[in-house]
Amino acid sequence: MSFISYLVTGISLGSVYAIIALGYTMVYGIAKMLNFAHGDVIMVGSYVVFVAVSNMGVNPYVAILISMAVCTILGMTIEKVAYKPLRGTSPLAVLITAIGVSYLLQNLALLIFGADTKAFTSVVTLPNLVLFEGQLTISGVTIVTVVACIIIMVCLTLFVNKTKPGRAMIAVSEDKGAAELMGINVNGTIALTFAIGSALAAIAGVLLCSAYPALTPYTGSMPGIKAFVAAVFGGIGSIPGAMIGGIILGVIENLSKAYISSQMADAIVFAVLIVVLLVKPTGILGKNIQEKV
Amino acid sequence: MKKKLLSLVLAMAMTASLLAGCGAGTGETTGTDGAEVAEEAAEETEAAEETAEEAEAAEETAEEAEAPAAEGGVLKIGGIGPTTGGAAVYGTAVMNAAQIAVDEINAAGGVNGMTLELKFEDDECDAEKSVNAYNTLKDWNMQVLMGTVTSGCCIAVAESAMADNMFLLTPSGSAVECVQYDNAFRVCFSDPNQGIASAQYIGANALATKVAVIYDSSDIYSSGIYEKFAAEAANQPFEIVAAEAFTADNKTDFTVQLQKAKDAGADLVFLPIYYTEASLILAQANQMGLDTKFFGCDGLDGILAVENFDTALAEGVMLLTPFAADATDDKTVKFVEAYKAAYSDTPNQFAADAYDAIYTIKAACEKAGVTADMSTSDICDALKGAMTQITVDGLTGDGITWSADGEPTKAPKAVVISDGAYKAM
Amino acid sequence: MKKMSKVTKNNLITYAMVIAAYIVMEILLKTGHVSSLLQGLLVPLCTYVILAVSLNLTVGILGELSLGHAGFMCVGAFSSALFSLTTKEAIPNGGLRFLIAILIACVAAAVCGVIVGIPVLRLKGDYLAIVTLAFGEIIKNLVNAIYLGIDSKGFHFSMKDTISLNLEPEGKVLIKGAQGITGTPHSSNFTIGVILILITLIIVNNLVHSRTGRAVMSIRDNRIAAESIGINITKYKLIAFTLSAAMAGVAGALYSHNLATLTALPKNFGYNMSIMILVFVVLGGIGNMRGSVIAAVVLTLLPELLRGLSDYRMLIYAIVLIVMMIFNWSPAVLDMRKKLAAKLKKNQTEKEA
Repeated sequence: MSFISYLVTGISLGSVYAIIALGYTMVYGIAKMLNFAHGDVIMVGSYVVFVAVSNMGVNPYVAILISMAVCTILGMTIEKVAYKPLRGTSPLAVLITAIGVSYLLQNLALLIFGADTKAFTSVVTLPNLVLFEGQLTISGVTIVTVVACIIIMVCLTLFVNKTKPGRAMIAVSEDKGAAELMGINVNGTIALTFAIGSALAAIAGVLLCSAYPALTPYTGSMPGIKAFVAAVFGGIGSIPGAMIGGIILGVIENLSKAYISSQMADAIVFAVLIVVLLVKPTGILGKNIQEKV
Repeated sequence: MKKKLLSLVLAMAMTASLLAGCGAGTGETTGTDGAEVAEEAAEETEAAEETAEEAEAAEETAEEAEAPAAEGGVLKIGGIGPTTGGAAVYGTAVMNAAQIAVDEINAAGGVNGMTLELKFEDDECDAEKSVNAYNTLKDWNMQVLMGTVTSGCCIAVAESAMADNMFLLTPSGSAVECVQYDNAFRVCFSDPNQGIASAQYIGANALATKVAVIYDSSDIYSSGIYEKFAAEAANQPFEIVAAEAFTADNKTDFTVQLQKAKDAGADLVFLPIYYTEASLILAQANQMGLDTKFFGCDGLDGILAVENFDTALAEGVMLLTPFAADATDDKTVKFVEAYKAAYSDTPNQFAADAYDAIYTIKAACEKAGVTADMSTSDICDALKGAMTQITVDGLTGDGITWSADGEPTKAPKAVVISDGAYKAM
Repeated sequence: MKKMSKVTKNNLITYAMVIAAYIVMEILLKTGHVSSLLQGLLVPLCTYVILAVSLNLTVGILGELSLGHAGFMCVGAFSSALFSLTTKEAIPNGGLRFLIAILIACVAAAVCGVIVGIPVLRLKGDYLAIVTLAFGEIIKNLVNAIYLGIDSKGFHFSMKDTISLNLEPEGKVLIKGAQGITGTPHSSNFTIGVILILITLIIVNNLVHSRTGRAVMSIRDNRIAAESIGINITKYKLIAFTLSAAMAGVAGALYSHNLATLTALPKNFGYNMSIMILVFVVLGGIGNMRGSVIAAVVLTLLPELLRGLSDYRMLIYAIVLIVMMIFNWSPAVLDMRKKLAAKLKKNQTEKEA
């Protein structure tokens, strides 16, 4: 029974990674850049909800909407100010700028909110699910996170494949130049991607902090990196891949903590990642692009 | 072109460095702020009992603190700790509390006629940056060092301080090696001390027969306590049924560790960790329906002050701590009020240690007759001798004394959290 | 001077710059004009310069993004510190001991470079980057879990805690897991640091202009074309990667012998550090060794010089980083800079005329 319990908590942790990874993968697919500041946008989103709910007494659901709006604006601003001027140069340059943005957000939050941990009030009010006479408890947050993750994944997939802006995204991700020739507004599409990615970050922040209610200016950075790994795991650029990658990562992490060593869980996760990439160099669901000579 | 520009930037940086080198006193502790705090502190004293005249005198001293050329000179105290980065909460607490103590002392007339001046430098909890901070303070002509806040950094800085024969008093560096040289002393308990005391307390009071430990294997403080706890547990009437670790990179999800404790049938979980992680552990234990006792060390203090924390989760948690922010003795009440007024925050145990550290420096200076014109090395030799002779009644203990090896002697208090407040056990 | 190729001249300027900086610093040190802060920063500066140059070999010359450079530094730091600690009594000559320690660091990091390089170099682009990041994190995680002690029966090793080492009472714990190694002798100094920088620069510059270097760069520019003319891709990639790792190991030795404590924190050996080194490389110019040297110096000094700003220090640092990146890389800004420079030149020639 404890195995199932580990599995369930692994899925719960994994679904949080998955939601963050969705944001990473969207941005990577279109802009071909590793947005290292994504984790910190999550942190900002969480602080917005925290301030709105705890200090101003706003209804939690309204707070999530506010947070999504703030993050969307933030994401688009970052894109406009820090990333757009560097479009067309080495992807490394944008990577470094993203790191700069990440430092900036962390230190801004440190100045505004201080270093103290804030206890986040869970916005999820669903009661725990108790199965098998108390031997297995599935928390309400887990259920909500998993469901939210699936809904978001389905919506995103539909959006990308069925709507015009979504298809424009695919076009831009395949070939920017050709997309531009076809009359697609490339800059607009990239801005839209950042907007969606950042709105997702707000939701991810709320779910992350509902599941793990300790909020500091550095809350976003480690889950951000893990989610990035998850996105690569699943095949970066692929929306279902991000979800699968996230959940697998969470499960491996928890099982290795349970059965191998709690100290070395991260090493094991990364080792599995390496093995997966060696066998399948573009991740589980990644497209294998044929090299042109 | 690029190179030219780079060299330009370099040239600018060099000039800046020269400037920084010349104006060694560029970063005095936010002059006006400090004076404001002093004034506030002065106001508080007034409210307490003092006559209006005395308050006026205090205000005068506060003004004097602004222009630091008092008759007895200025004793420059340096502080080092993380004020940015993941450990910023500890460094900030130390910085704030030390400033309060310095302002109070100055308002009350200083030490041996000297006014104290505090300058606090950030080390990001990185040993290398900590040594940089130490050197920056040396350029500022620091005479006494109050720091560093974290153990790893403290060991590195202690090495430099020993080479310079600089007096070092760490408020919270708990690793054994922090005070391995004779110029170094500490205010907090050492890690082994806490580990052994915890094991003995659990054993002596028969709190449990099966104990699980969850500790941070990547943290010096936590793993240090755990090791001594485990060693001492062998002599105690309980057994450790699970010892689960987590690391700095993996400290959000503790369900596995808790599940293992549950499966092992533990009736007490020992948490030699800091309160941020502990608050997560308690929340997750509650979600899992795990109902055991929890026991912690001084790192757990502060858990009730976490903004928005549901204190019901911490109900029944026991901890060994030298300081409790809601204690009712005059000293604590006064300190907590001053801290809240100045920084609108509740002080934690780090803050209390720092506050005591400044008063300890004061006591030792008075004992040794230190004056501001003495050389750093002479001050160090004088203070070294005085430290073993003084007795300090501080926030973290009454009648604290020091031995020549740098360790404080004070009694840890065991408290239990009940109805959202500490209660002595 | 005319006979000298432009490349040699360029390299000589770099060496001359380092040596000149060294001489100036030494004179200032001797005359006591250097603040303690700068004195303390000299060895770290050397460390970061070596790291930046060595990573530039991977990123600039080999053309692969590595996010695990700090891992190799970590291996070098721990292996050399362990050696120095155990032979403190056996080899009383500090200079000799440090020399051997550096060599050990170099070899240990190189071995790790080979082990990591063989699987990693099969991958491409961002996937390679993430795998190097993973390796870096694994190394850090493993080092944090190592317990090593010594007594009359020899070495004892454990991955759990010091108790399970089963040491005799008089035994000594050398590596204490997360508490790392304490008491490493302070052997690093500025002179050794500068010599190591020069050696690193000479190795890299000579490699670039050797047959091997050209092969490596041909792989970077067009892998398929390089393969088709019979260049052994794996071999040359591995050579560059291992060399880069070995030099990072040397930097690690310099680092560990400058501080009394050595712990593998996320801050000093995690991906944060790897990224920091990458920032030096990218800001200084990919493939430009002199740029790396300058960028490493400037960016290490910057947060220290900003100390006067106290709370706003890291914030300003972040903003400066973003602005510098845009200033140095943005096509629009580069265009503007070019126009501005042309205008200035024009004005100057007009004046002269």
